[in-house]
Amino acid sequence: MNVFDIAALNLWYGNFQALKEVSLAAADAEITALIGPSGCGKSTLLKTLNRMNDLIPGCRISGDARLRGQDIYTELPVNELRRRVGMVFQKPNPFPMSVYDNIAFGPRAHGIKSRLALDETVEKTLRAAAIWDEVKDRLRKSALGLSGGQQQRLCIARALAVTPEALLLDEPTSALDPISTGKIEELLLTLKKDYCIIIVTHNMQQATRISDKTAFFLLGEMIEYDHTKKIFSLPRDKRTEDYVTGRFG
Amino acid sequence: MKISFQKNNRKFSEIFLGALTWGAALLMCAVLIYIVGFIVWRGAPYLKPSLFSPVYNSVNVSLLPALVSTVYMTVFALALALPFGLGAAVYLAEYARRGRKVVRMIRLATETLAGIPSIIHGLFGMLFFVTYLGWGFSLLAGVFTLTVMILPLIMRASEEALLATPDSYREGAFALGAGKLRVVFRIVLPAAAPGVLAGVILAVGRIVGETAALIYTAGTVAQMPFAETGPPLVDVFSSVRTLSVHMYALTREGLHTNEGFATAATLLIVVIAVNAAAARLAGRVGRNGA
Amino acid sequence: MRRFEAELTELNNSLIEMGAMIEAAIAEAARALAEQNREIAEAVISGDNQIDDKEKEIESLCLRLLLARQPVARDFRQISTALKIVTDMERIGDHATDISEICLALIGQPYIKKIERIPRMASATTGMVTRSIDAYVRKDPELALAVIKSDDEVDGLYFAIRAELIQLVHADAANGEQAFDLMQIAKYFERIGDHACNIAEWVIFFLTGRRKNKQLL
Repeated sequence: MNVFDIAALNLWYGNFQALKEVSLAAADAEITALIGPSGCGKSTLLKTLNRMNDLIPGCRISGDARLRGQDIYTELPVNELRRRVGMVFQKPNPFPMSVYDNIAFGPRAHGIKSRLALDETVEKTLRAAAIWDEVKDRLRKSALGLSGGQQQRLCIARALAVTPEALLLDEPTSALDPISTGKIEELLLTLKKDYCIIIVTHNMQQATRISDKTAFFLLGEMIEYDHTKKIFSLPRDKRTEDYVTGRFG
Repeated sequence: MKISFQKNNRKFSEIFLGALTWGAALLMCAVLIYIVGFIVWRGAPYLKPSLFSPVYNSVNVSLLPALVSTVYMTVFALALALPFGLGAAVYLAEYARRGRKVVRMIRLATETLAGIPSIIHGLFGMLFFVTYLGWGFSLLAGVFTLTVMILPLIMRASEEALLATPDSYREGAFALGAGKLRVVFRIVLPAAAPGVLAGVILAVGRIVGETAALIYTAGTVAQMPFAETGPPLVDVFSSVRTLSVHMYALTREGLHTNEGFATAATLLIVVIAVNAAAARLAGRVGRNGA
Repeated sequence: MRRFEAELTELNNSLIEMGAMIEAAIAEAARALAEQNREIAEAVISGDNQIDDKEKEIESLCLRLLLARQPVARDFRQISTALKIVTDMERIGDHATDISEICLALIGQPYIKKIERIPRMASATTGMVTRSIDAYVRKDPELALAVIKSDDEVDGLYFAIRAELIQLVHADAANGEQAFDLMQIAKYFERIGDHACNIAEWVIFFLTGRRKNKQLL
């Protein structure tokens, strides 16, 4: 079953139309990559899926966006939606608090107070994000002391702590060195079996390495959506080909 | 030849500017050390036990009542100004739509309020709290006047600190499905705490250093602010003097100049102690994020 | 990116050059056979080194582009196709040499029959090679398909020659030795046709991602 079903989605920032009639389905246990030049609407689409766009004044939406059949704008409370759809940002953004509190923040926000349950969640999610061994001796120390790559994996763990069904990642490795990037990619491939993952990336090789499907966006339109292998070897649309081969514009 | 000439030239200007900035810094330190040294040198020999007797009279010119009054004045004024100032700052930074007209007006009003000379605050306090509300020269009138004075300080400092908190913290917290209130109180405020504390330190400095506004509102009576039943109950309508006012009174009379310096030395110690405590607190908050 | 475009053009030009070299080699080998000309045959044999060098040059360029450009889509298909067809082209060159070597051995012997079908095979296969490389350069799937179709003609010629030679051996067992050599020459031309077909198939892969009804991409 599809986790996300998007049909004829339009989005405006004031008078500027950032998404035009976008339709896309993302399934469980699959990584979908969103690619396209800056300002093409790929990040906007990502932010629509957990309604982070609500924070932007003048943002209007029409069309249909569903999480497991439920309309994300009318049938789901926004905080519940965001719990079920985790998000990881371009720049690692751990809170200025301890590693433990970073992970526990989400569960606490959703009413979990038991110390035992929190301890368990912290260990489980840090293990799932493949960072437990690196931080288990410094759970009480500030998360800001971790390296960039560790911070990003912490942010992934933090997102996992509220037991989401999907993970949205907005260029999660663009601020990281190749080794940290490799670790995150490895992690995403491991997490894939349990989550629907959607990733915005500017790195073509990254898209080919980790994603199953790829959608190419241009000026707010989804130009092509297909198996990643297809997009990067035999795209149907000339514009896709021009973009992925770097002949764009 | 020309290149080496330019190189020498740059070297010269670098040395010159370096010396200038170093000189300025040294001068600043020298002035500070001179002032502190002068006050301690003049005042320390007169820090006698009689100066700390619980009751003031014209012979012992005790500073203890003034010290106690100063502490109460500070605590009460902060207790009033901090919730209001911080609340207003949270509203402006987190809830009000950025760039709205109301926000700009409130900001303008705060800035104006911050720029008003303290004597005007004193006159207003006298006319409104002392006379119109009939509180008389009292601790309460002094506290309210001081509150009005430090409110913009705390508000501005808090707002700056809140606005300086990266949006990525808010985004990260909202993305986890946290509510606005939780995001503000658990994420943004702790992150802004050092900035808020800086505002509080400024406000404390303003309170303990204030004379003009207090002479017209709290009066100059050198007595403990306690109620008749005794400490720790406080009679907010009793007229009191703070350390600064006490100093002013002593030096103006010209009879107890030495004790005035002793008071100044005490005030200095109090200010340094408050700043050190605040710095430690800010350090702790900054490290652990509360 | 302009640099990359230039590199791809360089790759294309190299393939066209190598194509011209092997076309010439086949044609010259056929001429040496028809005229029993030692010099021409020796020129073809010594010219094979240049073809081999060209192959290595193209391979090296392809590998460099794969490494440095990490090509995707059209570029990726073009470079991987070049890497594959260059092998077939080199084999065609080898076969021209093989023919020329047999040719040298036959010099001085009167042919047991009039050589007529073998020059036709030579011109047919030369045409296939030319057109298959043209199809690559012009990105023309129709032309590639036409090349694959025309292989039937070469095969037909091959079987006709075979039947004729068998007849001659039946007529006189003394014809056997030369018949065997001529048979081998015909086989080499037939193989050249097959390599041209391979090239054409890779051209179709380049344009569609499909090869022999199997979707590789």
